[in-house]
Amino acid sequence: MDVYLPIANLSVNGLVIVGLGALTGLLSGMFGVGGGFLTTPLLIFYGIPPTVAAASAASQVTGASVSGAFAHARRNGIDYHIGAVLVAGGVIGTGLGSLLFRLLQAWGQIDTVINILYVLLLGGIGGLMAHESLTALRAERTGIPLPARKRRHHPLVASLPLRWRFYRSGLYISPLAPLLLGMITGVLTMLMGIGGGFILVPAMLYILGMGVNVVVGTSLFQILFVTMTTTMMHALTTRAVDIVLAVLLLIGSVTGAQVGAQFAQKAKPEHLRLILAAVVLLVAMRMALGLGYRPDEIYTVIGL
Amino acid sequence: MMRVWALLACMLLLGARDPILVPEISQHEVQVRQGFTGADLLLFGAILSPEGSRAAQDYDIVVVLEGPVQSIVLREKQKIAGMWINADSTEFRSAPSYFAVSSSRPIADIVDDKTAAIYELGLKWLQLSPIGVIEPAEQQRFSAGLVDLMRREGLYREDQGGVKMSGQVLYHARIGLPSSVQTGTYTAETFAIRNGKVVASAITRVDVTKEGFERFVAVAAEDNGLLYGLFAVLVSVGMGWIAGRLFALV
Repeated sequence: MDVYLPIANLSVNGLVIVGLGALTGLLSGMFGVGGGFLTTPLLIFYGIPPTVAAASAASQVTGASVSGAFAHARRNGIDYHIGAVLVAGGVIGTGLGSLLFRLLQAWGQIDTVINILYVLLLGGIGGLMAHESLTALRAERTGIPLPARKRRHHPLVASLPLRWRFYRSGLYISPLAPLLLGMITGVLTMLMGIGGGFILVPAMLYILGMGVNVVVGTSLFQILFVTMTTTMMHALTTRAVDIVLAVLLLIGSVTGAQVGAQFAQKAKPEHLRLILAAVVLLVAMRMALGLGYRPDEIYTVIGL
Repeated sequence: MMRVWALLACMLLLGARDPILVPEISQHEVQVRQGFTGADLLLFGAILSPEGSRAAQDYDIVVVLEGPVQSIVLREKQKIAGMWINADSTEFRSAPSYFAVSSSRPIADIVDDKTAAIYELGLKWLQLSPIGVIEPAEQQRFSAGLVDLMRREGLYREDQGGVKMSGQVLYHARIGLPSSVQTGTYTAETFAIRNGKVVASAITRVDVTKEGFERFVAVAAEDNGLLYGLFAVLVSVGMGWIAGRLFALV
């Protein structure tokens, strides 16, 4: 099925794009991550211009996180207070990201920076997740329970000035910490077309020390708003949001997300996390190889 | 009637000794709509002797289809610290977004290098007008890199033997446009060559335009970013929400 993408200016096989969306949607439903970290690179491998890929992937993440966010809202799993701070940080972050995007584009290093960021972030987080789920599985097999982790925020967070009470999360910390965290994910969303869930969730747990029952919902809440801002930002600055591409991705990902959520209810969380870690590490490895091997195209053309 | 007068005018202008070239193209407008996967253009025409009868000798025909030119930055990756990253770059003021050359015989057999360079007959002879000072060797490397890249994307083509002649009068050549072509005015220039000299040339134009929904989207994204962005956000939120509701019913 040939579909012409009016902003990317080329014709693609629509079914391939829907399939791609379904694959990332499945992941997002299963693991509660946006799945943008897979969409953008896969779209680029498929031949979509990188800017269009990053700009359109953000709207797919919006779609995939909407139903999750609603579900968590219904069971009171969102801390709106800290969520609002995160979103505010995220909006500032997308603004900064957009400046950075243009700067790197003019400098000609946007692709390299995106690639290196992917390798570092995915490699680091994938490694952490793999380690964590393996220890959990081993503990289960040997029957020796892991020592319970004391829920406490990072000492650095405690040293920040100005403290607010966040009742739902059970925290009394400086709002600067979630603001900074939101900003970082905002920049990454703008640059990489990812939602940032796989950074946000561990950071909320281990750096802010938020309660487990509100982490996923609040992260989805933040992702929802930040990806919406990102789409707007791209629409206003790079003008690279391809609505046809976005709709094709959405068709796949919103259904995939629902199917994935059904799966997730049946599987063990440790197994899920191990699979996610493997997927993340694979993408990181592919990206690292891409940096080291001689690319197919030595030359790239950018309009002035 | 108009055409006859035009022909007569051509004869007068070109002088009595030059042959007459009447080029035509299968479509003067290519519309980029949903499902556009590229287009095949048929460039055809006739070559007549100055008297208006069938040409007495063989001519060689070369057709050049050129898309809108653009200013570009061409970046070159090099291996630095084990990674392939953009290192060197150069700017070209007039790189055609599309360039196709089709000839009745290999260009090298038809004209010498000088003539080929003057009329840009062949990808080797593209005049890209580099911006700023650049060494010839370096420029050569960059030009070759651009041509190679665009060739593999199907935007630059060279077909030696693509022009078919019949009865020393009619010629035709088929040139394909990929789906990734830019919109704008394309020029198709036809050259009649004999004994290594261009004896006649003529230009026709093709307009490539986005139409219908595609045009609407492209214009909206360019001129109305705010509304376009809001619409994209609404669509993604709406689709996610509807999917959630539908699956809740299952």
